[in-house]
Amino acid sequence: MIYLDNSATTKPDPAVLESFQQTSGRFFANPSSLHPFGGESEKLLTKAKKQAADLLHVQDEEIVFTSGGTEGNNLAIKGIALEHQTRGNHIITTDVEHPSVDEALKGLEQLGFEITYLPVDENGVVSVSDVKNAIKDKTILISIMHVNNELGSIQPVQEIGEIAKEHPKLFFHVDNVQGFGKVPLKIAESGIDLCTLSGHKIHGLKGTGILYVKQGTALFPLFHGGNQEQNLRSGTENLAGAVSLVRALRLISERKCEGIEHMRGLQRQLRERLIEMEGVEINTPEDAAPHIMNVSVPGMKPEVIIHMLGVQEIYISTKSACSSKQSDESKILAACGHEKDRSVSALRISLAYDTTEEEIHVFMNALSETIDQLKTILE
Amino acid sequence: MQYDHILIRYGEMALKGKNRKSFIMQLEHNLQQQLKDYPKTKVKRTQGRMFVLLNGHDPEDVMEKCKNVFGIQSMSLAIKVRNDEDEIHDAALWALKNAIDVKTFKVTVKRVDKKFPIRSQDMNQTLGKYLLLNTNGFTVDVHKPDLELKVEIRTEATYITTSVVPGLGGLPVGTSGKTLLMLSGGIDSPVAGFLAMKRGVEIEAVHFHSPPFTSDRAKQKVLDLAEKLTSYGNKVNVHVVPFTKLQQHIFREMPENYAMTIMRRIMMRICERVCRKESILSITTGESLGQVASQTMESMNTINEVTNFPILRPLVAMDKDDIVRVSKKIDTYDISIRPYEDCCTIFVPKSPKTRPGREKVNQFESQTDFTELIEEAVKGIEVVTLSGKIDAEKEFDDLL
Repeated sequence: MIYLDNSATTKPDPAVLESFQQTSGRFFANPSSLHPFGGESEKLLTKAKKQAADLLHVQDEEIVFTSGGTEGNNLAIKGIALEHQTRGNHIITTDVEHPSVDEALKGLEQLGFEITYLPVDENGVVSVSDVKNAIKDKTILISIMHVNNELGSIQPVQEIGEIAKEHPKLFFHVDNVQGFGKVPLKIAESGIDLCTLSGHKIHGLKGTGILYVKQGTALFPLFHGGNQEQNLRSGTENLAGAVSLVRALRLISERKCEGIEHMRGLQRQLRERLIEMEGVEINTPEDAAPHIMNVSVPGMKPEVIIHMLGVQEIYISTKSACSSKQSDESKILAACGHEKDRSVSALRISLAYDTTEEEIHVFMNALSETIDQLKTILE
Repeated sequence: MQYDHILIRYGEMALKGKNRKSFIMQLEHNLQQQLKDYPKTKVKRTQGRMFVLLNGHDPEDVMEKCKNVFGIQSMSLAIKVRNDEDEIHDAALWALKNAIDVKTFKVTVKRVDKKFPIRSQDMNQTLGKYLLLNTNGFTVDVHKPDLELKVEIRTEATYITTSVVPGLGGLPVGTSGKTLLMLSGGIDSPVAGFLAMKRGVEIEAVHFHSPPFTSDRAKQKVLDLAEKLTSYGNKVNVHVVPFTKLQQHIFREMPENYAMTIMRRIMMRICERVCRKESILSITTGESLGQVASQTMESMNTINEVTNFPILRPLVAMDKDDIVRVSKKIDTYDISIRPYEDCCTIFVPKSPKTRPGREKVNQFESQTDFTELIEEAVKGIEVVTLSGKIDAEKEFDDLL
């Protein structure tokens, strides 16, 4: 099997699975229980939180364990909107956000919030001055992703953070689900108030995630109850999930320097081969994140290519898995200004640290054969 | 591209005459200890400075660790390139683009290797021009730049460094002998230990434990505090003294308002015993003048009578607010405020003598013989060694 759909989800690291299983079996006590067994669970949770904070260079109390990217994005966006609605009702975002941001904002729109969707250039990147100009007195939140999930484009979050710093009354949320371990981001130093991470994109388990909430940032919780997770997310802690996620964070952090270089090398090879291929157009910009390569084959149905590669146990995807069940057109590619024949024919190849040169080689040969075959059929 | 070195400057130490070499060796050793978890890093000494070679480890993570080492004045991330104009240009451009919170910059080229064909002044200009042409939004400010980009062209290579990050200062732990820190579990004593370490002192700790009046969690609290202190030096031995019998005896036999003073005198006697046994030359306490009854000048005078070992009191001139600030900085505050009884908070007399005189105290003490009980307490000392990663730290390592 050649798995090149790592932006949809990744294979859990065996060490992460082991950690989940061990923690579930050994530390099943509720961390809130007063007895010593509960105390042990609490100690483990505290240590997991501390390790996560150390790895992200933030404070322990700024880590909120969640069920993943979608929850993190919803908690950040709705949490700010509901908590601070008396201050203002305006939110700024882009045209290329993940559905968990996009749809959350659409929901708020129905409640009377005003959302500004900023356009992106042909590389999928928002302009910093557009963000600056969109800010009004009643703006309470800017929500912009770090790395785009379909294209790999990197948004200038650091610069936007600088602008956010100049407006102390508004909050800045960054969806970093695709960025962690691929494009370095100094959360604490970049003017970011909220930052979403997901476990299963970094060889952790589904149902695990972290929302970074900067000290002093008030949120209206999505879940009310026993006031776990600094009162921001009630519900008995998913201790095994949290512990396994922190292990995944550590494993990625230990490997990220060489991992990023390695993927960049593979991406370069992909680009060199793809440029040569007739009828293939490269959508991912040159300075994108190292793990995504998005291409279009105008005139060919991407599903057909996916299925033909699938027969050979090579797995890539069309656009993002989260939206691939909906209409044919990639909203992201359309937002970049691409013609319809290009935005309906996109393929996404996404890499992991463990992807090998050999796999890329085999995949490229298979892809070019597949396209050649299709061409003869279509002719 | 990536930062591959950390440049370490050690200021004060460089002045220390004949001791200089041993100071530097100690700093090198302490750095190596601190970076144990980053096995590929290497510490290298050159004239007047030190480098940490990262060999692929994350620069920020390693820098964070270096911030715990006394004797470092400041640090900078550095990129090493060959003495080649294009390579220098590329690396400088990368460093500028990756700097945070920077709008203005300045280039300072230092050409140590005179064989390099371009003179420093010319290089300043061409490099500055190259950076301006290839970036957006930066301007040059030679007087007060946000970022000074230093390019040092040496014979072996060129080093490019950016922001200067302050280190902890002080002297490398291990260059000024050893002290015995009285660690109660409160806010003050760990701060006193930290400040002693700052002057290059290695510490061992002593703790008086009175079960069942003080719980195991109180003892654990002290071990956790000692553990925190290990992050600024090497291992810390904690001498846990079984104190129940002595304490009960003092409070039964001695007048209530003098019991506190006498208790502290006995603690001092035990401390001196530990010092002699472990070849430790001084005792360190978290006392500050006038904070509580035992910390008046009279009290100090009377307590101090029982030992002629020097007693270091690094906090003597500090206000409580300042002490709390340091304890938060070194991360001991949250441990210190855990609500467990310690040996000083049980048996608190209703009105302790704030001005206990030596004569009176000696007179009371002569009425009873503590020798045997002291002997028994010293024999019963349990030594717990904390070495940076004790069981509590390692406890869940198989899971995390």
